Amino acid sequence: MAEETPWQQALRYANRANPYPFYTELRKTPVARQPDGTYVVSTYREILALLHDPRVSSDVRRIRPGGSAAAGADQDDEAIKEVISLEPNIITSDPPEHDRDRRLLTRHFYGPQDSPHRICDLEPEIRRIVAGLLDEMRGKTRIDAVDEFAYPLPVTVISKILGVPLEDEPHFHAWIETALNALDFGPEAGSPEIQRQLEQGRRSVEDFEKFMAALIERYAEQPGTGMLSAVVHDDGREGRMSEGVLVSNALLLLFAGHETTVNLIAHSVLTLLRHPDALEKLRRRPELIVPGVEELLRFESSVQFWHTRSAVEDIEIAGTTIPKGSPIFLVYGSGNRDPDRFDNPDELDLERPDNQHLGFSQGIHYCFGAPLARLEVQIAVSEFVRRVENPRLVADPPPYRHNQIFRGPRHVLVDIDGVRD
Amino acid sequence: MHIVVDLNRCQGYAQCVFLTHEVFRLSGDEALTYEPNPDDARRLQVQRAAAACPVQAIVIGRLDGAERSERS
Amino acid sequence: MTLSATLAELVRDFKANGRIVVVGASLAGLRAAETLRGEGFAGSLTIIGDEPYEPYDRPPLSKQVLKGWVPADHTQLPRFRELDADWRLGVAATGLDRATRQVRLADGEQVPFDRLLIATGTRARQWPNPAEAALDGVFSLRSRDDAARLRQALADGPSRVLVIGAGFIGSEVASICRDLDIPVTVAERGPAPLVGALGGVIGEIAAQMQRDHGVDLRCGVGVLSLEGDAGGHVRRARLSDGTTIEADVVLASLGSIRNVEWLEGAGLAAGFWGVGCDAGGRAFDINGVATDTIYVAGDVARAPHVLYEYQFLAMEHWDNAVFGAEVAAHNMVSLEPDYYPHLLLPGFWSGQFGVNIKSVGVPPFGDEIVFMQGSVEERRFAAAYGRNGRIVAAVTFDHGKWLEYYARLIEQSAPFPPPPPGWDRPDVMMPIPAQFPEPGVPTAVPDVVLTGHDPNERRAEFRPRSR
Repeated sequence: MAEETPWQQALRYANRANPYPFYTELRKTPVARQPDGTYVVSTYREILALLHDPRVSSDVRRIRPGGSAAAGADQDDEAIKEVISLEPNIITSDPPEHDRDRRLLTRHFYGPQDSPHRICDLEPEIRRIVAGLLDEMRGKTRIDAVDEFAYPLPVTVISKILGVPLEDEPHFHAWIETALNALDFGPEAGSPEIQRQLEQGRRSVEDFEKFMAALIERYAEQPGTGMLSAVVHDDGREGRMSEGVLVSNALLLLFAGHETTVNLIAHSVLTLLRHPDALEKLRRRPELIVPGVEELLRFESSVQFWHTRSAVEDIEIAGTTIPKGSPIFLVYGSGNRDPDRFDNPDELDLERPDNQHLGFSQGIHYCFGAPLARLEVQIAVSEFVRRVENPRLVADPPPYRHNQIFRGPRHVLVDIDGVRD
Repeated sequence: MHIVVDLNRCQGYAQCVFLTHEVFRLSGDEALTYEPNPDDARRLQVQRAAAACPVQAIVIGRLDGAERSERS
Repeated sequence: MTLSATLAELVRDFKANGRIVVVGASLAGLRAAETLRGEGFAGSLTIIGDEPYEPYDRPPLSKQVLKGWVPADHTQLPRFRELDADWRLGVAATGLDRATRQVRLADGEQVPFDRLLIATGTRARQWPNPAEAALDGVFSLRSRDDAARLRQALADGPSRVLVIGAGFIGSEVASICRDLDIPVTVAERGPAPLVGALGGVIGEIAAQMQRDHGVDLRCGVGVLSLEGDAGGHVRRARLSDGTTIEADVVLASLGSIRNVEWLEGAGLAAGFWGVGCDAGGRAFDINGVATDTIYVAGDVARAPHVLYEYQFLAMEHWDNAVFGAEVAAHNMVSLEPDYYPHLLLPGFWSGQFGVNIKSVGVPPFGDEIVFMQGSVEERRFAAAYGRNGRIVAAVTFDHGKWLEYYARLIEQSAPFPPPPPGWDRPDVMMPIPAQFPEPGVPTAVPDVVLTGHDPNERRAEFRPRSR
């Protein structure tokens, strides 16, 4: 058996807590062809170039893994396609459909173009939720910063924005968890364990889809509060969004609207506890949370890479030709640690100048909900730092979730002395 | 306070508009206009907008009120 | 002491005790001054500006200021460091004596220098008939005061605005008029708006955009005369096609004039297109010899550019002022191996009629254009300009996120037409003539211009060979 590439090693579960040494190896070949024909791009400059290259498609249906006759190669791609059986949403589509759909969703998520204030109006409510979560920790000596803090905030907020009943949270939480566990791009994908989860993951996606379709149908008949109802009833300048596309986008917004934020809050707490100097600085100068969150996005990117892109023409880049049809993985987590772009990339600097990171990607697929994520994380992390007394990490590294794209700790146990007012 | 947006860099991500449309506005889908000398009361919002700009196009003056035309 | 040690000592001494004069107190002058201090220049620094205001930003003037959202005096530029400068505001420089190294001011004062930066920029070309230009209601737009006056005139609810010249300023003003629901006529001598900067193909799209927004756009006509009423207020304009436009506000947006008159007799390569300088900002004298003490930056500079066959490029662009100033200032306090070149890929933007128009490269250098992405009909597209099989520029309408792809191709002089995109292809992807007017057509002065290979537009002084 051939030796594993740095990319394959980075994807192994055992390396989830610290993929960075493998990224360092990976960046020695900025555009690295993998045995399965995927081209993995790990350097900042090349990632940025491909994010703005109109010869790159984000539509998973356009992947044609040609040239890779290697055994086992097809299996992974089949797996990806089957888990993602939905109609394209804004992260898996190309212009002009992408642009049109995103414009429509933007109008309903942020508000009308001349006063798109809906997200910043949420600040008082986010502060209330965060205060409540911290109040709950009073009297405890050990907390889980994931289950008790990072998770409840974003899921509550995004459900309310969309108009998804929070009572259904246990269901969609389980579906998402199962689907995420089944999506594996690494050498462990062929294991019986993952194969079994694949079947469950498929069913979960179907259930999630049925749930969302039913909800949207209900809104079609009986308008309600929230964004989904508004989109269903928007005939728009550019026409109505088809139901399949709406379901697919609703799943994306609900899922991405909290999973990535959970990981960012959890990683922020973890990272600050690992860097007492930075934590102390933030305590002294709370305003540093604003640039600080940007640094945390760079340091531990919630989306480590993205997997639906492919070359629709031969693309020459960094001395390599990516053949037409090849899958392209842009590894944001590695680009964000590229020493050719960021001085001392493995150091945490809450005041890092010129921090044009890839934590939310760039180009037309720039994170749709970034302003909401920023607001939630700024408030959650600064309040945690302000109120929680003497927080100490119980286990380092903490246990990680299985998924490679949406990388984050499963639990972050923290011993605390108390919670201030 | 005094700010300037490098509109050559700006790609119309509109993050600043979503954060504070009192200072940053879009004309159409992409053309950004803004108040170059916003009220000091907006400082935190403007700082958030500058930090959030995906292409770091918003620059905030580091001297405000200080050194104005000495000996002019 | 070795020679290099002596030179290093000279630089140190100059940085501590030298005298630098910056003529021009706008974007380029300010950024140059800040760079000088940032580079450790601690000597005396004088900044001369003919306007009475501290440096302010001009692009908002024709947009948010005219619209009435932002007051004209809310355009002060941010400052990034203490300058400890001697500001001479409200007094123009009127002469340069290179022999005695002095700048002469309008108030008669002489300001001595060891190094000089020329950043005097441009001014608006005025309506050529002085009596007509003096009528109430006739405006040009370049300065903060111009903008405040024109804003007031628009706020007073004119019955119709006449915009003469459909370059960027004229088009932006027409757009604001429509935003304010003011009737507006645009008279353009060329075949379409923006032809000088972007060519006739894009100009036709811009024309359609104007008409869709209710602009009374008239191309291929000149304005012969302006007429006022008994009170001296402009009332109508007579056009070359025999028609008459009733209007009580007239904006003459006829392009700009480089502020070089004060350099008359100084022996520098100064002319219509500005002051010739090398790519490091060092001014040329009229014989094409680089000076060691005089530098140029911003709109008034004219320097050879590697991407455009080393032709001298004159750019009235915002980032040219910023980067040109930073490069010139650095070089003013550095020695040769440390010089920076000013190698900027030109770029500009214009917001009009709800569309963000952006460009990189030098479109008029191209002779063909090809639509690459999007839809002309929906006014969301990217197009590339080519010449001799190489891409030289690109323009986007509400497609700014793709521009850096084309910028990279231009930097590499990549083949034209570029390879097709993977999606959202326009109906027609054939290169067609870009339809730029012949050079010298007066209406079509673009704001980025290739001005040939001659550093000087005047005759050099040929000297007899010494025996």
